[in-house]
Amino acid sequence: MTSLLLILVPSIAAALAAAWPDSRTRPWFLPGAGVIHCVLAWWLFCAPPTVEAGSWLGFDPLARAVLPVVSLLFLVCACYGVTYLRIRSERPNRIFITALLAVLGLLSAGLQARHLGLLWIFTEAVTLAAVPLLHFNGTPRAFEATWKYLLVGGTGIALSLLGSLCLGYASLYGGGDGQLTFMALMAQGGGLSRPWVLIAWVLLLVGYGTKMGLAPMHTCKPDAYGEAPVMVGAMLAGGVTSVAFTAILRVRAVVGAAGAGGVADHTLLAIGLFSILVAALFLLGTRDFKRMLAYSSVEHMGILTLGAALGRAGVAAALFHVWSNSLTKGALFLSAGNIRRAAGSQTMDAVRGMSVLTPRSAAIFVTGIFAVTACPPFGPFFSELKVLRAALETGHWAITAMFLGCLLLAFFGLSRVAFGIVDGRPHPAAKAGGTRFVETAGVIVPPLVLLALSLWLGLFTPRMVTEAWAAAVTQLYPN
Amino acid sequence: MKLLLDLILRIDCWLLLAPLLPGIINKVKAWVAGRRGPPVLQLYYDLARLWKKGVVMSTLASPAFVILPALTWVALLSAAMLMPLGPLGAGLTFRGDALVLLYLLALGRFCTVWAAMETGSAFEGMGTVREVSYAVLAEAALIAAVLSLSVQSGSIALATMLGPPLGAGAVLLAAGLFIILLAENCRVPFDDPNTHLELAMIHEAMVLDHSGPPLAAILHGASMKLLLFAVLLVQAVLPIGQLQPLAAAAVLAAGVLGVTVAVGLVESLWARFAFRRVPLLLTTAFLLCLFALLVAWKGGPA
Amino acid sequence: MERWAGINHQNLNLLIGLAIGLNLLALSTSRLPMLIRSMSAQGVILGVMPILMEPHADWRVLLVALATIGGKGLFIPGMLRRAMRAVRIDRELEPLIGFVPSLLLGAGGTIAAFALTPLLPLLAEHADSLLVPGALATVITGLILLIGRTEAVAQVCGYIILDNGIYLFGLLLIRAMPLMVEAGVLLDLTVGVFILGIIVDRIQRTFDSLDTRILTTLHE
Repeated sequence: MTSLLLILVPSIAAALAAAWPDSRTRPWFLPGAGVIHCVLAWWLFCAPPTVEAGSWLGFDPLARAVLPVVSLLFLVCACYGVTYLRIRSERPNRIFITALLAVLGLLSAGLQARHLGLLWIFTEAVTLAAVPLLHFNGTPRAFEATWKYLLVGGTGIALSLLGSLCLGYASLYGGGDGQLTFMALMAQGGGLSRPWVLIAWVLLLVGYGTKMGLAPMHTCKPDAYGEAPVMVGAMLAGGVTSVAFTAILRVRAVVGAAGAGGVADHTLLAIGLFSILVAALFLLGTRDFKRMLAYSSVEHMGILTLGAALGRAGVAAALFHVWSNSLTKGALFLSAGNIRRAAGSQTMDAVRGMSVLTPRSAAIFVTGIFAVTACPPFGPFFSELKVLRAALETGHWAITAMFLGCLLLAFFGLSRVAFGIVDGRPHPAAKAGGTRFVETAGVIVPPLVLLALSLWLGLFTPRMVTEAWAAAVTQLYPN
Repeated sequence: MKLLLDLILRIDCWLLLAPLLPGIINKVKAWVAGRRGPPVLQLYYDLARLWKKGVVMSTLASPAFVILPALTWVALLSAAMLMPLGPLGAGLTFRGDALVLLYLLALGRFCTVWAAMETGSAFEGMGTVREVSYAVLAEAALIAAVLSLSVQSGSIALATMLGPPLGAGAVLLAAGLFIILLAENCRVPFDDPNTHLELAMIHEAMVLDHSGPPLAAILHGASMKLLLFAVLLVQAVLPIGQLQPLAAAAVLAAGVLGVTVAVGLVESLWARFAFRRVPLLLTTAFLLCLFALLVAWKGGPA
Repeated sequence: MERWAGINHQNLNLLIGLAIGLNLLALSTSRLPMLIRSMSAQGVILGVMPILMEPHADWRVLLVALATIGGKGLFIPGMLRRAMRAVRIDRELEPLIGFVPSLLLGAGGTIAAFALTPLLPLLAEHADSLLVPGALATVITGLILLIGRTEAVAQVCGYIILDNGIYLFGLLLIRAMPLMVEAGVLLDLTVGVFILGIIVDRIQRTFDSLDTRILTTLHE
């Protein structure tokens, strides 16, 4: 019952925010709902409820292994959002806040969905709810980003529906009784029709892969992340992608139960490596530091996919990486937002010397870059190390080598842009700009907290969290 | 002896009936437009008048300028001899005559094109370029149509190919063949036989410099080609081969008349297409015939 | 009863054949109103199908049929037409993939769909139905339109045709699977297009054109 509250609380908050008359106090709904949601999520995390096997929604081990970090990320972004919306008080915020709260509710629902059709509906709804968020700035560039996001995302979502229907037909052909919960499908196992399962797998991988932002379906991601407000970018990179990833994990478990796990792992391996490679190459070329974060996200989605292909140890490492990536990427997005606001531009050509103008944000940004490129002792270092270990233990030597090479390229690309905007003397124009951006606690503390959480996760990975990941792996690989 | 008589009768039939078709088309067009229009037999008068006239030849042209229209006419008449007429069968029939029919039609076009270029006029060169570029697409469609008939009946002799009814693919094939008919005979929407606007002319541009008996041969050949395609279309779609001879003749005549009226209606109601849209329509015809071919091949319900 | 089912079966295949024909028409037309018209005709045809498939129509099947006819056949095309009039869009389409190539691609896709279907295992009651090849052909058509047309309204049409293909496939499961999946399709589709429509409107106000080719500020 409490697990339903995770969905209901943000929904009710969204409805209240939509009806709230005063736009100056409305942003407080974000941290309010965030705190309640976070408390609920961590309470459920500590005392996991038993989930009935046939239920359509439930706080099962996989949801338990992902949802708390999404909730945490939202809470921090919400706190940042209060300050951000005060700075941007010239823009109407009613729809924005409503949509952001709706996204939180739908993310909680999507992570807990144990039914093929339900999962699809929530993913589609998240896609639609994110549209007004991308559109917040109202500039032509934001329109362009939103249009591309809808077209590419909509096509992806359509293909994943087709894949869901194919999986349904596989069950029907195998004599299934129309039960489309993942548990029922896994129980049917070898009874599923193999050709239909393979078709469904390809379509679902492409469909949910588009939502995740795997190459070559990543094309709308840089635009969307580049033009959206930063906490939206953080939520997209840390929340929406997690839902898509858990969707792929759930489907992978069904495909594995149907006896096609080997094929599924090969495709995951190929598409994961390809994403890492494409992201690394684009990182070497981009000059825009918000788009750079999007490519970095593509890279990390590739790492997640790679991990998901490597069996039990790999999936556990991938779930670890979901946590470390979400927290670190959140810190990067929020600090990048500060820099963007202070500099008035987001390309390397127009921004430099930010260590003088915004010393604190620049410090967080550079530290975050080191964290996200897997420098110890932050979370991503340990999670990527685990992915590497899983790859080596399963004997994928060549893949390990390619993976490391791409990580090196990505490091070059990211550090090139980061130091390009931090170093040097500031542009005279940026210095003389009318209203100077003040680094108040409201914009500095949230990214700092996220960075600290990433550090904490790396150094002292709590036992309970590790157990939650192990439980999720057991759910996905019952035998 | 009987064979010879049959052949002579057949030739007379084709020669005499063919010029009726353009007359009917013009009458339909006049009727739709609310005019009286030229008499149905107008083409006969024109042919007679042209036959009496002399030939004007360019100083640049070789004797081929006169010979080639005659060759075209002969090629088309031979093609007509290969075309079976319901239960009567064809004048000549052998295995593979469908291919010969295609080649005879191509030969006719080749001769017309060559004759047009004999004068060395840039204007006629332009006409030939257009004619040939359309023909490439139209021939692809025609080949697909013949193939579908051949696959459907398992034979490459026209007499047996046109025999059995087609079933569901017939609609596709009829639509495709009708578009081919319009394209091959330079009717609207591909070409306007009445136009004398330089930029819009295709077929007319090619035969502009001909006069006298060669022009008569070209005009008569064109009408025979129209009749040929109408007969092909009707027989490909309707099971005429299984009827009694008299009934077959009546159905065939009614079918050809129907096709002719349809051409007249199309010319009255449609405008000529812009050049860049013509390939699209020809591609459509090709696809229609291709789908008919696939339906015939799979033999399944479609 | 047996005979009734047989006749229905043939009618269903006829309707699917018509839908495939409309696919090719949508690919070959150079006029936006024609594209919208063929899309809406396809929506109506698709809406009739569930009634034909289930002779003893219960209210759920009727609801799907009505929602499809109303949504895909009338409401969405009406909205698109209104958007087209309101913003005075050029009626001539300028394709990225020309009309002849896209027609050939679509025909090739259709043939491939028909050729691939026998390789798939199908339940006995679906074996001689055209639902699967029709669905594949329609999905391919939708994708070609999405990629090959630059205009926003035409892309929306392509997206709806893609959805039509998925709906055709969903008809295979109409008896066995809960209606929820189909209701989800309709709901989300409507909302999605609604939002698309608003954005189309906004693009117009910002750029004074609906050509998405000018949406190229964001690139690497």
